[in-house]
Amino acid sequence: MKETYNMIDLDCANCAQRMESNIAKLNGVRSVSINFLTQKMVIDIDEGFNKKDVLQLARKVVKIINSDCDIEL
Amino acid sequence: MSKTKRNTIRVIITAAGFLIMTLLNYLIEIPLIVNLFIYLGLYLYIGYDVLRKAARSLFYIRMLDENFLMAIATIGAFAISKFGEGVAVMLFYQAGELFQSIAVKKSRKSVAKLMDIRPDSANLVDGNKVIKIDPSMLKVGDIIEIHAGEKIATDAIITKGVSTINTSMLTGESMPVTVNVGDKIISGCINIDGVIRARVEKKYADSTVSKILDLVQSASDKKSKSENFITKFAKVYTPVVVILALVLAIIPPIFVGDWANWIYRALSFLVVSCPCALVISVPLGFFCGIGCASKYGILIKGSTYLEKMSHMDRLVLDKTGTITKGQLKVTNIIANNKNDVIKCARIAECKSQHPIALAIMEFNTKPIDNNYEYNNIIGEGVVARNKETEILCGNYKLMESNNIKCTEIDTFGSVVYVAKNGQYLGAIVVEDEIKEEAADTIAIIKQDGVKVFVLSGDNKTTAQIVSGKVGVNEFYSDLLPDQKILILEEIMKNSNGSTVFVGDGINDSPSLIRSDVGISMGKLGSDCAIEASDIVIMNDKLDNIITTKKIATKTMNIVYENIYFAIGVKVLILILSAIGLSNMWLAVFGDVGVSVLAILNSIRAFFIKK
Repeated sequence: MKETYNMIDLDCANCAQRMESNIAKLNGVRSVSINFLTQKMVIDIDEGFNKKDVLQLARKVVKIINSDCDIEL
Repeated sequence: MSKTKRNTIRVIITAAGFLIMTLLNYLIEIPLIVNLFIYLGLYLYIGYDVLRKAARSLFYIRMLDENFLMAIATIGAFAISKFGEGVAVMLFYQAGELFQSIAVKKSRKSVAKLMDIRPDSANLVDGNKVIKIDPSMLKVGDIIEIHAGEKIATDAIITKGVSTINTSMLTGESMPVTVNVGDKIISGCINIDGVIRARVEKKYADSTVSKILDLVQSASDKKSKSENFITKFAKVYTPVVVILALVLAIIPPIFVGDWANWIYRALSFLVVSCPCALVISVPLGFFCGIGCASKYGILIKGSTYLEKMSHMDRLVLDKTGTITKGQLKVTNIIANNKNDVIKCARIAECKSQHPIALAIMEFNTKPIDNNYEYNNIIGEGVVARNKETEILCGNYKLMESNNIKCTEIDTFGSVVYVAKNGQYLGAIVVEDEIKEEAADTIAIIKQDGVKVFVLSGDNKTTAQIVSGKVGVNEFYSDLLPDQKILILEEIMKNSNGSTVFVGDGINDSPSLIRSDVGISMGKLGSDCAIEASDIVIMNDKLDNIITTKKIATKTMNIVYENIYFAIGVKVLILILSAIGLSNMWLAVFGDVGVSVLAILNSIRAFFIKK
């Protein structure tokens, strides 16, 4: 199911794109779209995976790419 | 202090320091070592966060991010004793970033403001008390009280009171609407005066407001071709430029020497190697275009639909509710005794919810005998019986199958034949009004070389007359929903651009989904319309199709301007740098200056006039 999360302090468009392509590679992520302008992430997580774990990993990716940024969980 | 404020101060202080140093260097001889220290100080002050992020990206991601490239370019400048340039590049880079973040935040805010339709609370009537609760706590059937100035929390029906409501947040329509007991009110509208009470029709999660907010928030899901192009371009552009920079820094000096000069040129390359101008301005252009459309009550689900809308070359319109108002009215009674016809028809139709029946019932408000038994004959009409009378009310088929003598009437609209006790009484003509703006709208759309079609479930005569009056190219009549799809597909096959289908979303969802762009209109509050369509026109006005097209075309122009401008300038500067005709100053313009100009251009999309 698709869910929307707020992004905190996502202040560069390039990073958003990089986060998107790296989160998309995570196991259990069917699709993800990060919108720099609306500061939102729409993520579709496979039902077979633990949603919390996947989101934590996604968060790690976000932190590595831009340490100021976070996902509001 | 906010990040923006802090960064603004940093930029101003560094700029001042930089100017003073440039002036001093011009006036007096400053020892190299002093220059180095002061410039290095300024450099570290303005660039420490970039350097930190660059180091991070080096260790963690091993990827060419813009911080890393800026760091290399500026440190390189210091290494070849171009202190001023080193500081300047970093300063302009930061100023550009600052400007970007302010511009983006501003446009984000103005679009968010347009979409500020979320109700904060609802007043639940509980016995004699009124309690304030969160809209999500409301249940269907609850009674809510709406005071003047408050947003309507969820879709409801008025049970008490009269008021005017402002629907402009949803429809872009500035005229307030008067509402009375029994009227449906839509969440997100504002009650202007008077206290009203209303019965909750839908839970907050299913309300129009939630549906619209969902739509707007996931709008980015569907990215346009241009955006995908930019993503791909950005992935290739940076590595290519960086490799070229390396080649430029190493290969030529092996043969001709003069290392510092070639390294300087290579550093210029690095400065223009960030595709930021495109990465930000293209999505921003679409964002502002979509925001602009919402000002006029047009919701667009994603940039891809804006792009497709700009290539519209086939417009397919549903008839009822799209070209016509969808409100039937009795326009003619063909009979010797008109009163008798309408009286019998009203007796026969009083239990039916069919739009034609409703139109006949609305003809007058006289009381009706209700000692009848009803028999619905699907596809023909109604038979109403009591001990002494039998009333037949329906189409010509009904008359034929009951052996009633009458002539078929060929006219615009639907004809209802009425017979009593085997005797033909007369016929009632029920018509749908054509929207005032329909003909003008279609004429304007045709001027752009767009072919306009009408698909109708109605009979040929009606479809023909409506099509003639509004001036479409072709029409198809007597269609069932699944036949509409087949014809739509046929039209799409012959189209070189995109085929746009406009319907009211009631029984044409398949067509809305199948077409390149599905636009639903006029049915504010209809769930399936919002879900099935790509663009929702929230008021009833057909001319909003022109507005949508205009916004789409202008937004696409702006996006293309930015793409050509940014790539053009960057390539030009790369060439000039390679042959030594450029310098770092020009390169900084190629990076930051182009970004700023492209962003300013994108923001124009927010102010497109109707």
